[in-house]
Amino acid sequence: MTIAFAATLLILFVGWAGSALGLQYLFGVILPLVAGAVFIIGFVWKLVRWAKSPVPFAIPTVAGQQRSLDWIKPSRLECPWTTPAVLVRMLLEVFAFRSLFRNTRAERTVIDGTPRVTYFSNKWLWLFALLFHYGMLVIIIRHARFFLDPVPACIAVVEFVDGVFQIGAPRFYLTDAFILAGLAFLLLRRVVSERLRYISLPADWFALFLLIAIAVSGILMRYVCKVDINQVKEVIMGLATLHPVSPTGIGSIFFIHVTFVSVLLIYFPFSKLMHMGGVFMSPTRNMKCNTRQERHVNPWNPWAIDDPQANYHKYAEYEDDYRDAMVEAGLPVDKQPEA
Amino acid sequence: MAKMPTPEELLAATPASFPKEGWMDTKPDFHPGSYCYPAKTDALQKLGFENAHEWAPQEEDWNLPENWEEIIYNSLKDALEKHRSLKLFMDCCVRCGACADKCHFFIGTNDPKNMPVLRAELLRSVYRKDFTTAGRLLGKYAGARKLDPEVIKEWFIYFYQCTECRRCSLFCPYGIDTAEITVIVRQMLLDLGLGINWIMNSVKDCNETGNHLGIKPHSMKEIVEFLCDDIETITGIRIDPPWNEKGHEVVFITPSGDYFADPGVYTFMGYLMLFHEIGLDYTLSTYASEGGNFGSFVSFDVAKRLNAKMYAEAKRLGAKWILGGECGHMWRVVNQYMATYNGPADFLETPVSPITGTVFHNAAATKMVHIAEFTADLIKHNKLNLRPERNNHIITTWHDSCNPSRAMGILEEPRYVLKNVCNNFVEMPEHTIREETFCCGSGSGLNAEEIMDQRLRGGFPRANALRYVHDHNDVNWMACMCALDRAALPPLVDYWVPGVTVSGLHELVANALVMKGEIPRTMDLRQEDLPFPDEDPAEEA
Repeated sequence: MTIAFAATLLILFVGWAGSALGLQYLFGVILPLVAGAVFIIGFVWKLVRWAKSPVPFAIPTVAGQQRSLDWIKPSRLECPWTTPAVLVRMLLEVFAFRSLFRNTRAERTVIDGTPRVTYFSNKWLWLFALLFHYGMLVIIIRHARFFLDPVPACIAVVEFVDGVFQIGAPRFYLTDAFILAGLAFLLLRRVVSERLRYISLPADWFALFLLIAIAVSGILMRYVCKVDINQVKEVIMGLATLHPVSPTGIGSIFFIHVTFVSVLLIYFPFSKLMHMGGVFMSPTRNMKCNTRQERHVNPWNPWAIDDPQANYHKYAEYEDDYRDAMVEAGLPVDKQPEA
Repeated sequence: MAKMPTPEELLAATPASFPKEGWMDTKPDFHPGSYCYPAKTDALQKLGFENAHEWAPQEEDWNLPENWEEIIYNSLKDALEKHRSLKLFMDCCVRCGACADKCHFFIGTNDPKNMPVLRAELLRSVYRKDFTTAGRLLGKYAGARKLDPEVIKEWFIYFYQCTECRRCSLFCPYGIDTAEITVIVRQMLLDLGLGINWIMNSVKDCNETGNHLGIKPHSMKEIVEFLCDDIETITGIRIDPPWNEKGHEVVFITPSGDYFADPGVYTFMGYLMLFHEIGLDYTLSTYASEGGNFGSFVSFDVAKRLNAKMYAEAKRLGAKWILGGECGHMWRVVNQYMATYNGPADFLETPVSPITGTVFHNAAATKMVHIAEFTADLIKHNKLNLRPERNNHIITTWHDSCNPSRAMGILEEPRYVLKNVCNNFVEMPEHTIREETFCCGSGSGLNAEEIMDQRLRGGFPRANALRYVHDHNDVNWMACMCALDRAALPPLVDYWVPGVTVSGLHELVANALVMKGEIPRTMDLRQEDLPFPDEDPAEEA
């Protein structure tokens, strides 16, 4: 945790120093461009790296009744046997965190002097994970207004809904609260729970600190240390259209925010954050549960049962081993024993 | 078995908190009872494992092959290239901890390395070191660690403390499946010549004799004849099941535990009685006398070799389709792997029940039907004369076995059958049944006697749920359809919930089944007096 925190502070310092030393062009233009490129190339590279390994076996995790006899109601979404049903299962997984929704908490207790376990439904992680991810998604969509001119109507709608309570000026966005609440929860449970503390790696803390730093610097920039938003937009439009504009004169907080975001983009493809891409490829979720009905083909299947190189113990060999005893026991044999 | 602590003592001895030092700095504990006995060298050699060697888990030096690091590296590289799942599962985990208290071993031991996330990290840390830039450069700070013999020992302890039940994969937001990781690590360990006797000896026997128990063809026929004697005693009907005969419609394959071990044998007797009653045109096979597949716990390659016999035998005998007995992991293999391993089975036909005419379209590729599906269909079509009153002294619950639940989804069929043959049925509490079912604690080849302490701890969540319905609903019976369960649950239940009997589904079916020409039943299949025996027509007259 300390290391991850120190690393985050270091990034903060670098971002600040960059603008203080007059390296605005480096930190406001070159770094984000490089980061964007690393993110896109890295993301694709990772997906390709995964995709290069085949899926030799169909191993969906079945979570409901199979389709067998006509009069038994199968569970279409928990044991999907058609591609559309698998798609719905995946949509529920990606957009509603279906599996996390199942979460339970096991508690060891003592009842009448004997040890017991009781299970409770436990949806907190699901709820805050949703808050964080949707907060993040909407914030990213909102940021599109910096990249697009004119701002499309749909983004304006998202912005309007996000600020629907019309509190403060500039208007307070709900998602800013969501993302902070989500991240705070994810961080707190990692600190408070013995299990989570024990399994956490520096990378787990770092991802959280980095995201918190991005959210906080962004919020500060909007509500506290305000920067010239029109100039920011010019700079970003420059980046988006690959005609960079010099970002001098914008407050340090902007560079700190951009540095954090750049680090996230660079870090993303090489980290656990790639679960964003991985969730779509998980064979326990994205395969049909019809494995007895349709044969799944393994591209590296070494042999078929009739191949000469098949190295299982064949019946002929087996009969050779036991022929006499089999005949004596009255079991039929393919080849009669020699008299 | 050594003297066991009482359940209270066992759980009181569970550490209340995690070790002070981080998990990379804690060493696995090797004391008798904490590890499985090693596989014998000749068993591994017979199966073609090059690095089979003499070693002992409690020794400091495991006599690893000289280039053991290279072997592990190549083995992991090969697995990553062959399985997208492994790559994803190595890269995607965010350590959210949702899986932690889903594992029965973690609930039973409170050992942090039994949290599925940490079990996987045991491999991930090595993967990061060898296969990611960050891991290579930043080492420990990127969650990477160097492979050393202690890591191998840790793998041996903890990947043989996972029953591949896949309960964690249900709750994981990315569907990370620890069973997949466990099989692959066990495969890597086998590449170093490290395996456990309970699994590898069964695999060797299955390869040679056709079944895990190593029963030779003539003995097998004899054993079943004894069971037929018992059936005759109970029902007055003599059954003479066909063996290895060509030209029958169906080959019936069931786990070998059912031929041999109490209480599986009663389930097997149930199958024979059912087939006799409906006049099924079937044969048994001594060559394919194993439905289960211990190879599937440790290696995809070995699993395929053992599985191949089913199709090879069905083809040789000229059968039309295969009927499979009640089992757990057998059905993981049959349902998700068989067609891929050894199909296409185009020499067989889509299964059709000869009694009801029902076409099993759901088995169109594998050509293999689960007996619970088959029997449920018979009952639905009123083809069986059942007298569930014979089971009236039984208040039963249903234990969903891990594999048929989370790798197949056969949930309602057995319940339908059970409710038709038994008047008193009670479900265990939610979160412990159906897709959320708990393992018996002995799955994936861990039903070895030497780790009984671990098995009892792993079985605690299952037993705890059973205890609940035992206390609240007077449940005195737990039916299940996994052969490992039938072997593993009786000692578990005697320990945690004395007073509950464990049985297969078809034992209860056969108890209730009224057969044509049978004598009035006074005994159940275990030859215990029926509290509600059939009325004797002679006495009535």
